[in-house]
Amino acid sequence: MEAVDGNAIGGLLLEVFGTEMTDAPTICASCGDARQVAELVVYLRGPGTVVRCRSCGNVLMVFVTIHDRTCVDLMGLASLG
Amino acid sequence: MAGTALRGRLTWQVAKVSAVTAETASVRTITLEVPDWPGHRAGQHLDIRLTDEDGYVAERSYSIASAPGEPVAITVERLDDGEVSPYLTAELRAGDDLELRGPIGGYFVWEPGDGGPLLLLAGGSGIVPLRSILRHRERTGSTVPVRLLYSSRTLDDVIYRAEFDMAASGVEVVHTLTRHQPPGWAGYARRVDAALLAEVAWPAAGTPLAYVCGPTNFVEAVSQALVQGGYPPQRVKTERFGATGGT
Amino acid sequence: MSPISRGFRRRRQDPAGSADRVPPGQYLTKDFPVLSAGPTPHTALDRWSFSIGRGGQQKTWSWAEFRALPSQDVTVDIHCVTRWSKLDTAWQGVSVDTLLDLAGHDGQFAMAHCDGGYTTNLPVADLTGGKAWVAYAYDGQPLAPEHGGPARLLVPHLYFWKSAKWVRSLELRDTNEPGFWENYGYHIYGDPWREQRYAGD
Repeated sequence: MEAVDGNAIGGLLLEVFGTEMTDAPTICASCGDARQVAELVVYLRGPGTVVRCRSCGNVLMVFVTIHDRTCVDLMGLASLG
Repeated sequence: MAGTALRGRLTWQVAKVSAVTAETASVRTITLEVPDWPGHRAGQHLDIRLTDEDGYVAERSYSIASAPGEPVAITVERLDDGEVSPYLTAELRAGDDLELRGPIGGYFVWEPGDGGPLLLLAGGSGIVPLRSILRHRERTGSTVPVRLLYSSRTLDDVIYRAEFDMAASGVEVVHTLTRHQPPGWAGYARRVDAALLAEVAWPAAGTPLAYVCGPTNFVEAVSQALVQGGYPPQRVKTERFGATGGT
Repeated sequence: MSPISRGFRRRRQDPAGSADRVPPGQYLTKDFPVLSAGPTPHTALDRWSFSIGRGGQQKTWSWAEFRALPSQDVTVDIHCVTRWSKLDTAWQGVSVDTLLDLAGHDGQFAMAHCDGGYTTNLPVADLTGGKAWVAYAYDGQPLAPEHGGPARLLVPHLYFWKSAKWVRSLELRDTNEPGFWENYGYHIYGDPWREQRYAGD
């Protein structure tokens, strides 16, 4: 499955944060790369959705939907929004 | 930053299909009546959710093909080994319900105030959000100059072909057909590369604004070539559809 | 409550007689979907190695040494937690029993470590007794990178997220710590026949 980009998680982020986030600025906690959510690297359709830094490849966000709940781990981000 | 858990379905709603129209042999435009539609911006998308009798759920994202102010419509390409696109393009019909969430997107959007000149680069079904941008430009009377470079496999695969053949003033449309060209074809006949871009793209020295959309490989190759050709990265907006543009 | 989408069916092929081979909630596919949490690694064979053990006591094989080990051809059914199942998949690889016998084993649990950083945890009891392999060929061909090549773990009696792609080592441990997906709420064990998809199932 080819990677897509952060445009594809706009709906997920809308649901979790209640607001549009694809243009939100992010900073990678590993390498400091700064770019908008839309330009991050996204892997869909697995057991969860994994979002990685376009510069260093580290995991920034993981979304897992279990039954009706979507959990998001943002541990790889130094900042979002 | 900590994780968050919220119950889903805050934003899903049920729309009614009002029409399904053929664009090409494998592409359909689905027009929708959405009861609580807040309006949308050119370039945005929506998420579709299908549920079968056993409760199995499939979700996909599709770009909105219509301009702000027009009825909401998405354009879907049928992928033979897809799970959702064969249903949307061959089974879905007027009167059916379709569950959706949106509009979504705050990055891959264009308003006349964003200026240009605009360079729109489409690979296959990547044309869909760019068509919304073009229609919005025309409906608002914007005079921002536009060049559309549209890569398709064959002439029969060109979506919205009649519309682009009658392009509005200030819009130049350049096609490239990568797999097969009709007899007498005088246009480009290869994948978009740096040399092709050098001939078609606005010079980097102005303040061009580029929108690149299509399969991931297309978007990576084209956006990298633009940046190498001098476009500032923040003036190149990208939307990747994956290997096949969604299934 | 979501409306049922009229006329929508997930892809399903149920050849006669296969119902007892399809765990609850799964559907059959003839494809082999590629799902990943990250980019496909491409490890050159002359830099590849596989290790088993713990801490300073590991047994390590180079690619040439690994391929010289006794191997098995197995045909198994596989079940992904994203609900697809594929029957009669043919693999070639080294049984984990063989690897543990050569390494000496000490530890009740194992964590698989992979190129790209993926991890998954399993009880050693589920890696022994002819239940697990490190596989380097699929369907008679060298295992393709997008399917986990050069080599992946193959543990077909558990959900396929436990069959870690691009595996490079099995770390033996005394405690059962969660790997990548287990950490995010997937079941610590993952038996498809008891539909153990998520923690608490």
